[in-house]
Amino acid sequence: MKQKSKRNDGTQPLRTRIWNARASYVLMFPFMLLFTVFVAIPMISSVFLSFTSFNMLQMPKFVGFDNYIRMFLEDDIFVKALKNTLVFALLTGPLGYIMSFVVAWLINEMNRALRWFLILIMYAPTLAGNIYYIWTYIFSGDSKGLMNAFLISSGIINDPVQWLTDSTYNVIVVLIVIVWLSLGSGFLAFVAGFNALDRSYFEAAAIDGVKNRFQELWYVTLPQMGPQLLFGAVMSISGAFAVGYANAAITGFPSSNYSTHTLLLHMLDYGTIRFEMGYASAIAVVLFAIMLISWVVIRKALSKFS
Amino acid sequence: MSLKSVFRREKSRVRLSRSFGGTFAIFLFLLIVGTFMALPIVYSLVQSVKPMEEIFAYPPKFFVKHPTFDNYIQVYQLCQNLWVPLSRYVFNSLFISIVGTVAYVLIASMAAFPLSKHRFPGKVIISGIIVWALLFRPEVTGVAQYIIISKLGMINTYWSMLLPPMAGTFGVFLMMQFMESAIPDSVLEAARIDGANEYRIFYGIAMPAVKPAWLTLVIFTFQTFWNTTGVSYIYSESLKTLPTVLGNISSGGLARAGASSAVAVILLIPPIVIFIISQSSMTETMAHTGLK
Repeated sequence: MKQKSKRNDGTQPLRTRIWNARASYVLMFPFMLLFTVFVAIPMISSVFLSFTSFNMLQMPKFVGFDNYIRMFLEDDIFVKALKNTLVFALLTGPLGYIMSFVVAWLINEMNRALRWFLILIMYAPTLAGNIYYIWTYIFSGDSKGLMNAFLISSGIINDPVQWLTDSTYNVIVVLIVIVWLSLGSGFLAFVAGFNALDRSYFEAAAIDGVKNRFQELWYVTLPQMGPQLLFGAVMSISGAFAVGYANAAITGFPSSNYSTHTLLLHMLDYGTIRFEMGYASAIAVVLFAIMLISWVVIRKALSKFS
Repeated sequence: MSLKSVFRREKSRVRLSRSFGGTFAIFLFLLIVGTFMALPIVYSLVQSVKPMEEIFAYPPKFFVKHPTFDNYIQVYQLCQNLWVPLSRYVFNSLFISIVGTVAYVLIASMAAFPLSKHRFPGKVIISGIIVWALLFRPEVTGVAQYIIISKLGMINTYWSMLLPPMAGTFGVFLMMQFMESAIPDSVLEAARIDGANEYRIFYGIAMPAVKPAWLTLVIFTFQTFWNTTGVSYIYSESLKTLPTVLGNISSGGLARAGASSAVAVILLIPPIVIFIISQSSMTETMAHTGLK
């Protein structure tokens, strides 16, 4: 269409430019409609609802900052969930991120046939979705659990450990499972990034005196991987703070002493069980805020690579 | 260029500064990590073919002595006692996965095409929102969505499992990144001069050119829908999906360890098959996922 080549010079009035680009808007419409209804409106309305008391039946009642005050001053379980979420996210987020990168890097050093087999193995836990329940059999609290049986038969412990209900051990079990699940789409992006690197850079670098894999990684690979590093970071943050479902599946909901309780679970508790939507929205807003802040910080930290 | 440097270049093509010891150490490391990753999956495979007496044996053994398919038969029988037959759960899962995947790949590609290849007012803002929204997984926006879904009267319908995952921006982002570099502007311009409209260009030129990208998106989307449980949205047993059966059976404790492992293995097969089939397009696509 002729209008296309003309329409982009930015000199036409806005209305003409919009009309000329109508095909663009038509193509975007179905997705943007779903996005608006199921993501944008819910997220914006939770900011408003966080200042109300709302039980889904009556109209929301404005209560000012009451929900936030209650959260930090009266709700001990919220404080615990906040602390747990930060601990889980700070431990598993960076660990999963680094592990994704290191494993992708090392897989790339292997030969082709082995590479694909390893990628499948590493990604299988994410692919498998709900299979993490199998960990409950491995860490089962009776002497028939694999871990207990192993430790008892090798003489390390005498009595079975309550892995899933003891509030110290279940945190460890959950950490293991989250790390196990952490090679996700960020990992695949890293694998592909390494795969797509320009070989001639490495050859040039070898001539310039790059001696080993580590120097090669630092001087040649990393500067080219900036975009993948950022993408991996977004996926790590979004995964690390959304921690909760695996916790509930493994240690129960709520877990004993709320030891693996997280903001997500606290929000689900108030949102889908108690129907205190105002309070649940306030928890959601806190969660959104933490995620946004960490994204801004990490984006800044990674800016030297991109 | 001197003869010597040409020679060195030729040699370096094989592999540069790679010691055998180093490669072996890496292999060992990957073997350990790989064992950790594979262990629970192998364990579910093993458990699913263990006869009852081996599941209850003390001390428990990791491997199976007398493999049997009893557990798979037991899953079928257990579901006979349920309110709805197993085939209904399988149908629900397949229906949601197939319809959801086809629909999402289509609308995400449709949205990604103008965002990567057209210029129009609002493009920068919308692209920015798409990237920022990557941060918020469906789990996190779940409660906020719950209000909308119930106001729209979608509670306890297929819609509540189909539509919310289709609002995620991951697919649009993936397609956008790939289209940006995989479709040359000159080809689009040539098609426009030949009189093709934007819709024709989209399905006639853009979509065939980005086949690896949408094959990859098929993997991710199928995986999401296949694992859907519809937890807080669905209460009719006849609308529930296969993963909820896994949840129900595995709550039966050790006596059901074999049966629930069997369900887990059944659940694992489709995503793995799809992943293996489209591996190569996966690497090609994910190389474009970088954020600039």
